[in-house]
Amino acid sequence: MYNPQDEAELAEVIAEAGALLCIEGGGTRGFGGAGEVLSTSGLTGIELYEPGSLTLVAKAGTPVAEIEQILAAEGQRMAFEPMDMRGVLGTSGVATIGGVFATNSSGPRRIQGGAARDYLLGVRFVDGSGQVIKNGGRVMKNVTGYDLVKLMAGAHGTLGVLSELSLKVLPNPEAVVTVSVAVADLTVAVRAMSAALGSPYDVSGAAYDPDTGLVHVRLEGFARSVAYRQDKLATELAGFGTVATDAGSEVLWQGIRDVAGFHGRVGDVWRISVRPSDAPLLAPMLEAEALQFDWGGGLIWALCDAGADLRARMAQAGVAGHATLVRGSAETMTRLGRFQPQVAPLEAIAKGLRQRFDPKGLLNPGVMG
Amino acid sequence: MEMPVPNSTILARKAHLAARLAAVLPSDAVIQDEMETRAYECDGLAAYRCPPLLAVLPRTTQEVSDILRICHEEGVPVVPRGAGTSLAGGALPTADSVILGVARMNEVLDTDYDNRVIRVQSGRTNLSVSGAVEEEEFFYAPDPSSQLACAIAGNIAMNSGGAHCLKYGVTTNNLLGVTLVMMDGTVVEIGGAHLDAGGLDLLGVICGSEGQLGVVTEATLRILRKPEGARPVLIGYDSNEVAGACVSDIIKAGVLPVAIEFMDRPCIEACEAFAKAGYPMCEALLIIEVEGSDAEIAHQLELIIEIARTHNPVELREAGDADQAARIWLGRKSAFGAMGQINDYMCLDGTIPVGSLPQVLRRIGELSQEYGLDVANVFHAGDGNMHPLILFDANKPGDLELCEQFGAEVLKLCVDVGGCLTGEHGVGIEKRDLMLYQYAPVDLEAQLLVKDVFDPKWLLNPAKVFPLSVSEGRREPVLAAE
Repeated sequence: MYNPQDEAELAEVIAEAGALLCIEGGGTRGFGGAGEVLSTSGLTGIELYEPGSLTLVAKAGTPVAEIEQILAAEGQRMAFEPMDMRGVLGTSGVATIGGVFATNSSGPRRIQGGAARDYLLGVRFVDGSGQVIKNGGRVMKNVTGYDLVKLMAGAHGTLGVLSELSLKVLPNPEAVVTVSVAVADLTVAVRAMSAALGSPYDVSGAAYDPDTGLVHVRLEGFARSVAYRQDKLATELAGFGTVATDAGSEVLWQGIRDVAGFHGRVGDVWRISVRPSDAPLLAPMLEAEALQFDWGGGLIWALCDAGADLRARMAQAGVAGHATLVRGSAETMTRLGRFQPQVAPLEAIAKGLRQRFDPKGLLNPGVMG
Repeated sequence: MEMPVPNSTILARKAHLAARLAAVLPSDAVIQDEMETRAYECDGLAAYRCPPLLAVLPRTTQEVSDILRICHEEGVPVVPRGAGTSLAGGALPTADSVILGVARMNEVLDTDYDNRVIRVQSGRTNLSVSGAVEEEEFFYAPDPSSQLACAIAGNIAMNSGGAHCLKYGVTTNNLLGVTLVMMDGTVVEIGGAHLDAGGLDLLGVICGSEGQLGVVTEATLRILRKPEGARPVLIGYDSNEVAGACVSDIIKAGVLPVAIEFMDRPCIEACEAFAKAGYPMCEALLIIEVEGSDAEIAHQLELIIEIARTHNPVELREAGDADQAARIWLGRKSAFGAMGQINDYMCLDGTIPVGSLPQVLRRIGELSQEYGLDVANVFHAGDGNMHPLILFDANKPGDLELCEQFGAEVLKLCVDVGGCLTGEHGVGIEKRDLMLYQYAPVDLEAQLLVKDVFDPKWLLNPAKVFPLSVSEGRREPVLAAE
């Protein structure tokens, strides 16, 4: 295992590497490919934190928990709610900020505040030749040259190894309330979530748990404002089912973010992104053992029989979107691929980018195709 | 501003190229008369002009594909153009290039309130996207100040922002999918009505690529329900430092206004003389707008005013009604017109970390003295996006060049304090030669590699974004066999 302690060492390791490298932050996200492990866990430290500018800069191996702690002390947070994958994957270890952005890991607030990539302001990374490259910066508005920051977010280390990240943070809300509606079925659930998300009440989460039959809608902000919106929303949603409100929401939304309903259960886990209104059509055709819905119905988590090809079922349903195999046996991963195959011209672009950023094909080979 | 020498072989083949394009396009879609191509000689950066070889105005994705395929075969550069409002010269042609204008592609293709998205052709103007969903109380959030005229195609090319992006983000945060035509004519769909397109985030790199990677013909955009209401407050301070500290305290307190606008004394004076909005004469004015129901607005303004008071404002003016709100915005919204009344001006667009504001404004003031050119600052203070307006006289020999030198120094200053050259206008030709100030050659090379993949022959808008010396080896003319 390589364990560089700073960016220069990281660059040296990659420049001199003659064999495949498996990039690893805290090892909690379980997508490592073949090759010698290259750990970024030695690259730690918060370089800069300016609460008044809503900006934080950290080395890639900095634990997420450390960043959350320093933010909490100033009443701020990473608003995109990075998922903790350990429960679903049965992994252990310490999640790093580099891993969060390498996988573009976003939680329930995706529908309102955006994805992880929307909060990433700048990166430093080492490409497959060992060159240190920077893009973006630490300011919120920046259109200077191409946005490689977005390209690196979610690239799973295949275009370069992140060494430093600059992110936008936001203030914690004064109050959080969940408005829950007991609905008859998924169709009603999606309609209720659509009504909530189409309201002027600034909904920051809309999820549905078919096991409890409850739609959960989250409101955040100043206490007086949340109280006002919760009443308005309760009235608006009353037509969809019995409404209840709850102020103690943190555990509930953490569970939605981390798909707590699947923890400790056997089977493959899929993460499917679709147009919310397609969810009722698609869900029964997935033949899943268990389902969880987030993003107003647009994010479907499916627990299903080992080896099943949910992409084929999606195609059968004629639903557009993409499905990621989050957990499955090595054989299934190889056969189906972790990510949805793309049309030939897009695959050609992705391959071309990988070849140029990693000419020797060293970085997480096969992880993204 | 240096531009590549036009390729004489291409110039000589104008009639041939026009005939090939005319064969696949409707008769009114190919513009070759020299009087008519002149309409496309510049964009919003009007100091630089050059009529293109031809202009083509397609109506469909298929027509765009045919145009690009033919130009690709002929080895002719193509400059995509939305509404031509770029302030950076993003749509400036070269004499050997074809202007591909998408202005005729302005249809709404699908409005989907259930999924909160709209699908439009890319020539549609920004404001008319909001206009299409206004009936149902929805809107499209990014609001560049040219929104009445500018096209979504250009917004995507430049990753445009606006006054309200502190809360709603810029174009890239509101773009879910595109139909992209590659330089060889291949049509690809990226993303759609679902969130986070699969695979590498190509949408993220296309947005803001200044028309160098492909031509976007259709876009799926996120639409949002309008807030119940909005109201501004105006706060005056006797120093830029104090105003800057006030902004920082408001943000730290957890209030996230939709807009925080900042004007300095020269800007206040010019706006007041022009629009007579009744602004107080002070060193710095903040206009802060919040959204929500009446009660929510009142509460947020209460918090803001409480913070503002701790910094001893010289003026604090709440809007009691819509008319008073309009008066507060009046001066700010006429800032550019007010400056234009005084003289020609150049509008800069650098972004700085919010905390560096007083230091940067002070240095701009010193530079103004050194160069003998007046400058007024108007500024999206919440996100650090500055808009210094440097006044000059276009009829005075050497004044434009002096102004450009001054501008370059200000942009370098933005980079020095940890910011960037451009926050929302783009690089175009205007800031091309400063790219090496912000980025090391290896950083730029990584960006060039992306273009190599999308457009191996470097035919799409080739003379933009990168210093000509940097892109030179790649822009070698690749001509079709005679």
